[in-house]
Amino acid sequence: MNPDLHLWLIPLLPFAGFLINGILGRRLPKWLVTSVALLAPLAAFGVVVSAYLSLSPLVPPVCVTTPCGPPGWVYIPLPYVETCPLPWINAGLLHIDFIFVLDQLSLVMLLVVTGVGFLIHVYSVGYMGDDKGYARSYLNLFLFFMTVLVLAGNALVMFIGWEGVGLASYLLIGFWFQKKSAADAGKKAFIVNRIGDFGFLIGMFLLVANFGTLTFSEIGAKLAENPGWQGGVLTIIALCLMLGAAGKSAQLPLYIWLPDAMEGPTPVSALIHAATMVTAGVYMVARTHVLFDHSPFALSVVALVGAATAIFAATIALVQNDIKRVLAYSTISQLGYMFLGCGVAAYSAAIFHLMTHAFFKALLFLAAGSVIHAIGGEQDLRKMGGLRKKLPVTFAVTTVGVLAIAGIFPFAGFFSKDAILYAAFLQGTNGKILWFVGLLTALLTAFYMFRLWYLTFMGESRGENVHAHESPWSMRGPLVILAALSVCGGWIGMKHFGNFLAPSVGVLPTEAGSTRLELILSVVAVAVALEGWMIADKFYRRKVTKPAQYMAALPGTYNLLANKYFVDEFYGAVVVKPLLAISKFFLEWVVDIGLLGGAAWLLGGIATFAGAILQRWQSGNLRSYAAWLAAGAAAVLLFMFVSFPTIHHMFICATSGCVLYKGGH
Amino acid sequence: MSPLFSQEVPLSWYLLLSAVLFSLGVVGFLIKRNLITVFMSIELMLNGVNLSFVTFAHQWHAVKGQIFVFFVMMVAAAEAAVGLAIIIAVFRARATLAVDRIDRMKL
Repeated sequence: MNPDLHLWLIPLLPFAGFLINGILGRRLPKWLVTSVALLAPLAAFGVVVSAYLSLSPLVPPVCVTTPCGPPGWVYIPLPYVETCPLPWINAGLLHIDFIFVLDQLSLVMLLVVTGVGFLIHVYSVGYMGDDKGYARSYLNLFLFFMTVLVLAGNALVMFIGWEGVGLASYLLIGFWFQKKSAADAGKKAFIVNRIGDFGFLIGMFLLVANFGTLTFSEIGAKLAENPGWQGGVLTIIALCLMLGAAGKSAQLPLYIWLPDAMEGPTPVSALIHAATMVTAGVYMVARTHVLFDHSPFALSVVALVGAATAIFAATIALVQNDIKRVLAYSTISQLGYMFLGCGVAAYSAAIFHLMTHAFFKALLFLAAGSVIHAIGGEQDLRKMGGLRKKLPVTFAVTTVGVLAIAGIFPFAGFFSKDAILYAAFLQGTNGKILWFVGLLTALLTAFYMFRLWYLTFMGESRGENVHAHESPWSMRGPLVILAALSVCGGWIGMKHFGNFLAPSVGVLPTEAGSTRLELILSVVAVAVALEGWMIADKFYRRKVTKPAQYMAALPGTYNLLANKYFVDEFYGAVVVKPLLAISKFFLEWVVDIGLLGGAAWLLGGIATFAGAILQRWQSGNLRSYAAWLAAGAAAVLLFMFVSFPTIHHMFICATSGCVLYKGGH
Repeated sequence: MSPLFSQEVPLSWYLLLSAVLFSLGVVGFLIKRNLITVFMSIELMLNGVNLSFVTFAHQWHAVKGQIFVFFVMMVAAAEAAVGLAIIIAVFRARATLAVDRIDRMKL
């Protein structure tokens, strides 16, 4: 195997797919567009897997230097760096190269992004078969930017990917742009993400100012040289990066765009707004973890935000009636878990959860898409019900997904969620509080996911779903594979996974845990999840009357939750309205009427005024022109006479006959 | 040489004559209405200038001024030929030579 891994192929293949389908898509036959769209991510996945195979991440470090394994097989030590041979940015002392880095962290991310991405591409062929090819070319574009983000060796390259996935997200949320709500949701996502990007940018500026570099490995090396450097500007940098991550990963207070992003097509929701893009924030925190490690305050902010988001979003998800919105809030809540994991410095646990979450949340979204597809675009849970007979495959895979997200043993979600909760529990008193919040969130999660499950598949049909039909195999295939991954994804085990990631994200020094403690906590977590299931069972299994009773008993609480704590309304009143009013005033009166209008009036006025005076010159009378000419000549003569004494002198000399230029010609 | 001619005419006389000729040309150009008179005034101005060229050429013993005069005379001759042709054409077209009336490019 060639020791050159050709990392640049990973982003470039989807980009080529995007260019081909985006430019020529309309003229090419449909099968060709489809195969290009599918082959691009598949080939990228192939490159990642071949890179994985030529590495020696799972064997002991001895093998890194002395090749072992099959003969002729060259193992490449991690991290593997690939630098663009052309210089990119050289400004004074600042040198930034276009670097791709493959290490354990980016390898895991790449496998998830290209693997799950490919499955979702396959699904979208069935789901979006009738739509124009743009969606799939945009999906390819998204994969391009996402892989750039993941492979980035410095913050600037990451920022390119970061902005690019934001762009792809915007384009895909507003895919059905004829619908006003979809166009608005796209704009909302883009604008809210700008707030986060502002934080990321400021963080980068501070990095350049304080470290003189944006390369992650160099920053890590500099911090390793000064282990005593704690807090201070590092806290500010970390908090700025955290703001960026909170924007992209939909954390409090910037989560508001994600539920609205469900206006996009369902495969898009699965790929971008559940499995990959929204996890970019978590990935970024893990990538820059050295900064966070040197700032306990920033870490506790991350943990706090994560825990608060987890429980906040989970409570909203309890009462949502749109199937995709329930999943959206559960995504926010699960991202909160990942942030909680990062906040207690258990980065590998957070990445572990990121991975399993990508499996089961992509599965749940795609299954929801399958349901929506089957019953003609209906998304309201209240109009579903009794679909388990009609959609057996979808029912089975959704069950797997629900069990996985609820954290029931032995599904994938159990292992990763447990790892985060365990890590939180070991972080002293505050950690115990975070653990409790996480546990409570797990209860709520189990409840609302089983609520979704019961309302969709159990009981009697409440809508007109007589024509419900199972989806084509192009949709069922990815569902089955993802279901398998949702079952087995966690079996690697946290210990193995943590050891694998340790060179990238470090190992956290914690209070000594014990297997017994871990076991007890796991049992508690599973018990809580089962409790959530039981409650949902009681509420929604047969006749759905109990929720109505509670609604009547607690109208205030219900209203608060159903309206999502009025956060959108609050932002609307406090931020959006004043901003709109100010910009309207500013743009209309200051810029439009004042500056532009004023400039136009001023220019016009000057021209009119000058014209009124100058037109008198243009009499059309030849002799008046001649008179002006003569007057001008006389004036020039006079001027020369007065201001140049030599000429005056020369004139006098010339008339009186003296010789001026002796040595002349 | 007889004593009458032994003394040269002073330079300033030539220059004064040149200035008078030029000014007469300017005034004629400005106040006359007839196109032909205007044209003749221009010739007068040119010749006023020629005179001062010759004067200075003589004064400095430089030949450049003389050459300039030849150039000016040649151009003036060409100009006279073209100018008179234009004047005739204008007169045919408009039946007048008053410059105040000839203020339109179009008929």
